[in-house]
Amino acid sequence: MTAAEPQVGEEVAVEIEVDGIAMQARPGELLIAACERAGTYIPRFCYHPRMSPVGMCRMCLVEVDTGRGFSLQPSCMVPVSEGMKVSTASEAAKKAQDGVLEFLLINHPLDCPVCDKGGECPLQDQTMAYGPGETRFVEEKRHFTKPIAISETVYLDRERCILCDRCTRFADEVAGDALIHFMGRGNHTEVNTFTDEPFASYFSGNTVQICPVGALTAAPYRFKARPWDLSETVSTAWVDSVGARVAVQASRNRVLRVLGADADAVNWGWLSDKERFGFEALNSSERLSAPAVRQRGAAWRDVGWGEALGQIAAALGEAPPERVAVLGGARLTNEAQYMWAKLAKGVIGTDNVDAQLGDGLDPAIVLSLPRATIDDACRPGGTVVLMGPDPKEELGALYLRLRHAVVNDGVKLIEVTPGATGLSHLAQHTLRPRPGTTAQLAAALVATAESSPAADRSGTAADSGTASRGTGAAGASDADSDATNAADGIAGTGVDRSEFEAAARCLSEASDAVTVIVGRASLAEPAEEVEAAAIELTALPSVKFLPALRRGNVVGALEAGLSSEWLPGRVRLDDAESAESLIDAWPRMPETAGLDAAGILRAAARGDIDVLVLLGADPLNDFVDRDLAYRGLRGASLVVAVDLFMNDSSSLAAHVVLPAAGPTECDGTFTNLEGRVSPMSRKVTPPGTARPDWMIAADLAERHEPGSASDLDSPEAIRAELARVSNPHRLITEQALIQNALEGMLLERSDTTGEAGGWRRSGRPTMGRSPVGRTEPETGPAGREDNAGTREETPDGAFRLVAARTMYDDGVMLRHCPSSRGLAPAATAAVNPADLDAGSLGQGAAVRVVSDFGHLEATLVTDLGVPPGSLRVNWLAPGAPANALIAAGADATMVKVEAR
Amino acid sequence: MSLSEANEALAAEIIGWFPRPRSALIPLLHLAQEQDGYLTDDAMRRVAELVGATPAEVKGTAGFYEMFRFEPVGSYMVNVCTNISCLLWGGEELLDHACETLGVEVGGTTDDGMITLEEAECIAACTEAPCLQVNYRYRGRVTPDDFDRLVDDLRAGRLDIPRHGALSAVRQSIPAERLAGVVPPEQARAAPVWLERNSVEAAS
Ligand code: SF4
Ligand code: FES
Ligand code: FES
Repeated sequence: MTAAEPQVGEEVAVEIEVDGIAMQARPGELLIAACERAGTYIPRFCYHPRMSPVGMCRMCLVEVDTGRGFSLQPSCMVPVSEGMKVSTASEAAKKAQDGVLEFLLINHPLDCPVCDKGGECPLQDQTMAYGPGETRFVEEKRHFTKPIAISETVYLDRERCILCDRCTRFADEVAGDALIHFMGRGNHTEVNTFTDEPFASYFSGNTVQICPVGALTAAPYRFKARPWDLSETVSTAWVDSVGARVAVQASRNRVLRVLGADADAVNWGWLSDKERFGFEALNSSERLSAPAVRQRGAAWRDVGWGEALGQIAAALGEAPPERVAVLGGARLTNEAQYMWAKLAKGVIGTDNVDAQLGDGLDPAIVLSLPRATIDDACRPGGTVVLMGPDPKEELGALYLRLRHAVVNDGVKLIEVTPGATGLSHLAQHTLRPRPGTTAQLAAALVATAESSPAADRSGTAADSGTASRGTGAAGASDADSDATNAADGIAGTGVDRSEFEAAARCLSEASDAVTVIVGRASLAEPAEEVEAAAIELTALPSVKFLPALRRGNVVGALEAGLSSEWLPGRVRLDDAESAESLIDAWPRMPETAGLDAAGILRAAARGDIDVLVLLGADPLNDFVDRDLAYRGLRGASLVVAVDLFMNDSSSLAAHVVLPAAGPTECDGTFTNLEGRVSPMSRKVTPPGTARPDWMIAADLAERHEPGSASDLDSPEAIRAELARVSNPHRLITEQALIQNALEGMLLERSDTTGEAGGWRRSGRPTMGRSPVGRTEPETGPAGREDNAGTREETPDGAFRLVAARTMYDDGVMLRHCPSSRGLAPAATAAVNPADLDAGSLGQGAAVRVVSDFGHLEATLVTDLGVPPGSLRVNWLAPGAPANALIAAGADATMVKVEAR
Repeated sequence: MSLSEANEALAAEIIGWFPRPRSALIPLLHLAQEQDGYLTDDAMRRVAELVGATPAEVKGTAGFYEMFRFEPVGSYMVNVCTNISCLLWGGEELLDHACETLGVEVGGTTDDGMITLEEAECIAACTEAPCLQVNYRYRGRVTPDDFDRLVDDLRAGRLDIPRHGALSAVRQSIPAERLAGVVPPEQARAAPVWLERNSVEAAS
């Protein structure tokens, strides 16, 4: 073994000697880590490189000499120091390790033959390597009830626990959910939850992964396999847009377990439980396994691929391009997305394509704003503005990274959200703008931050256009501060002025680039407000943005051109001439700009869409306007669903369903919210005759126009074409993917900033949108547009609706996932306690939430995190979809609460 | 029950003494135990809320301290020492006698809810062996008769001992001439058992 290369950058290396070999360690590095880098593995149980050391288990004892002679010290607690001499295998060290193991085994049951950890158990392995061959302990071991369920999915066998504090440390330090804890003392110490309060953490599965013994096990894997029967491939989690790296493990053509892979730039080995256990849905017997067709109203009939594709191809052949539309696609790999984009735009010639369902952001925002990485956001000492959804609910692995950065690395968090999030208690500054005033607040923040904090504020007033908006009843009350607020440009936003000033100062003092996390905090408000706010913030020096989009590979879809008005490679459709290689590779280009999701559904409702393809989309549940989704689905002449499961939309309206291969069943790549491309790997075969999405598109393309996809016969071939036609993708080569197998590769950053990228900063936003398509006004049922522009205080008794996603909901994948099926919270209508005093309804009351467009039934609760005047419902609660209340395009949704 | 109104006020005051609410955890737990005689789940939940911790953290922390109880205990907690000095001076026998008198096992509570009997490790009153504590108030050189009298007195309410959990300062006081120190065996007031035994052996 050789000494490690010094990788110490500018810092001065610390010279130490390990077992007689000189090596260079990093200043402040723990001895155990330094030795490991040098190739000397010191046994350990409690030490975990992603958590703070605690010195619980003493397994890592080595002899250390810092000038006063050798003595035994726990190497996980000792930072390296200059001239330190270490002996990891001296007699004393060996005796210590042997002794520690003997003590640990005193109370450890010998049930390895029936223990899931057997074969991959650090205690087993290290006992073999360093421990005593025999026990001298003849007394009775301590006993506990064998495993107790500490949550829906996690089981705890306290007899096996060696009290290493990893699980409890994870819960407290990493997840911030200290719901498990050491209880009792001495020989009676055990890990447990509080009486009758389960370990209900979104991240509980991580404790199972890091438990060094079989004390913690997860229901989906219990007694399913032995580690030596598993084969593994590194892939990317698909349930949200963080794209956490995972190891997918399978046995006998069945995925049995997903573990977090430690990618330094992404998820650090951590996963949300949805990422970890979501694979269960893929093993469901309800998976679509053969193409099927039905006449409207008739029963489904399984058919061969030829017949199903033939029927679709015939319909595509007859329909004029502008009467064809594709909705969805965030589930797909980059390759499949590109293939579908090519089929729709380059072969059929329609631009009616949208991978988002009215729940995302304008592609211009995602593609053109300077994009941050997770590491950018988490850089020690940095500043993050959270102007989007609750990361804890929507982007679990990102939440863990952000939380770590704020708690440990001095990252300052400025929260600009309408209500509390899972990070609120850690925020340095909290601004709660009234709905509809976020952009105004952002402009004011920039203006105030740009001027020196000490400068005369009257000279730096934000533009009067924003300042003259009506002031609300709450917030600043006396005339003096009204005037100051107006001067600051925050009149009417309802934010606290000193908090505003502090936040502005924080932004102006930010030494590094500020990262703005931008997304939809409420799906009941259109995206324009937060988009406009993001554009205002582009004025901050070297600001970067991280789009907080929830849907799996949604950024990949936008990059691959699966969105109206955009082509692969961040090229706008109206700029298509500039994309020469694309013109070469595609038989044709759409002649007119197409419709976004809302536009497509409106057109379909009018009877203007002949073929509507649902690419893993469930508009009835996922589109922001349930009524419009319903009318659109019923209005299209032929609805084709390409999916893993039947969902509510395809059950309602599909005429043809095509079974698709799931994320563990096909090869490809994934693009996360940073624009990081990482491999998705096939581990098992899809059920029945299900095919990868790219193959379905390629087949249809060939049928529509022979030769258009003849050489696109593998993900590699498609990837190569994508790299050829799309500038940002040009570095994504097979070679590069292999070289960056763990961390993935970032797509080229956009250099289209400003107007070229489709956005413009101009006080109030004007998105660079063509008149066709997005937000096309609807002349639908009377009253639909009534709420447009309503930004005054809520009328008597009415609340402004906030619809926010929760980690678990009634989505089709979670419905088929046994371990999370019961976890979707029931529908609640949360209001500020202050709002409840006035009404006659109390906490816990069964209520009906009614808007002009629909209603849903929920339980009334109070929540201080909801601002007064607002009412928060959870998106897609079982049996109570929030989109029933919302009309697409409305500026805001007002609701009333009735007893039921 | 969670915390009474009066105790809520007191809790707020206690929290005010510390730079951060979490530091008030142990004092608040004492308060809760004083209120109910032991730590109820509701009280721990409330304390958790007050100090900004999770109930699991509160219970985990409380569990480290033996004087916090999680199950109801009698009004009087009697801890009989059976560690070495007391053992030699009849601590085990005293404990057996106590079980018999009270009709409970070690760890049990009498049917009338008055007395909980526990075995204790050395309570640092070895010169008074065998000894015990009643709600942490010391009794030294306890004979079985003393014990029976003690129980009668407790039941009759003749002793000025507040019920378990009540907060008060308790100090051990041992007569000056019996304070521990280096005492040559021959000056000891009574010969320890083992000395006696050794001398018997020596004689034979
Ligand atoms: S349950 Fe596992 S991880 Fe938790 S303390 Fe015990 S051995 Fe460590
Ligand atoms: S690994 Fe160092 S004490 Fe446990
Ligand atoms: S041995 Fe009983 S008090 Fe010390």
